[in-house]
Amino acid sequence: MAAEAQALAGDWGGGVHPYRVGHRKLGMWLFIMSDSLTFSALLIGYAYVRASNVWPTPFKFYPSIVFSSVMTLVLLSSSLTMVMAVSSSAHGKKSAARKWIILTALLGATFIILHSIEWNHLIGEGLRPFQIPQEWAEKWPGSTPLFGATFFGITGMHMFHVFTGCIYLFVVAARVKKLKHEDIEISGLYWHFVDLVWMFVFPMIYLLSIYPKK
Amino acid sequence: MTAYAETEEHFAGSNKLFISVWVWLLVLTGFEDFLGYVQLPVIYMLVILMGASIVKAALIVAYFMHLRFERLNLVLTIVPAVVVCICLLLVFFPDSFRARQLRYSGPPPAGESH
Repeated sequence: MAAEAQALAGDWGGGVHPYRVGHRKLGMWLFIMSDSLTFSALLIGYAYVRASNVWPTPFKFYPSIVFSSVMTLVLLSSSLTMVMAVSSSAHGKKSAARKWIILTALLGATFIILHSIEWNHLIGEGLRPFQIPQEWAEKWPGSTPLFGATFFGITGMHMFHVFTGCIYLFVVAARVKKLKHEDIEISGLYWHFVDLVWMFVFPMIYLLSIYPKK
Repeated sequence: MTAYAETEEHFAGSNKLFISVWVWLLVLTGFEDFLGYVQLPVIYMLVILMGASIVKAALIVAYFMHLRFERLNLVLTIVPAVVVCICLLLVFFPDSFRARQLRYSGPPPAGESH
């Protein structure tokens, strides 16, 4: 009992770190918590309008799904390179960490380019935030124009996060020698979170809107 | 008070472990793509895809974001609060089915499947 009380006092009595992480890392975790609720609200809002409307399912397996799968592969690989950066930094290899971080940011930039091509293709077909292409309206009569709003809203918000993540990583790469290991780990947390969000966006937006075979 | 960061670099997990997590994430993505290719009814797709996505998210949080190697205090502060808040957002769903019933769509359109 006394030992237990001592252990509690040790953790919560002040003067020590009950979470054993620095305040900046805790701050990033709190930001990630709030941001995960932002994306949850967006995705649940999308599910709400989808369930209450006739919904077009326009994405053909080839090219749309194959293309977005390549984007998923790029983002997952960027997470692996980020882990390698954090691992190198933990072992004191700052130059190697810098190379891995730059590679991560470049993969992020590749994701943005691929996504822009996808957006461009859909805009070319006639998709707008509050308007669907005429062809879709004929194929799915009475379907809602909100398809564009949810698509551009959610993927745009995600792309914005990838974009800010790339800038963040380039800044970290430039200052890697001055930064502590934990600062690099924090940038990794943000990057992995961006990857995590895509793990929900990809099936909900793309795979559940796949063009019917028949 | 000594800042903990200078005294301990608690980095757990080997590169081999991280690569195997990455391979698992790719396998699950491939499985999701396969489901998209064979096209099950939308309700099965929704349940299986969300299940696979939650597994993928858990792998990313546990290993890539390193939460598995953090103190339990931190895990219990972060995870349950987010899960409960997300579940609370789902309270709106019955209203979406009601809203669908309010819409006049004329005779049932031929192309409507879900």
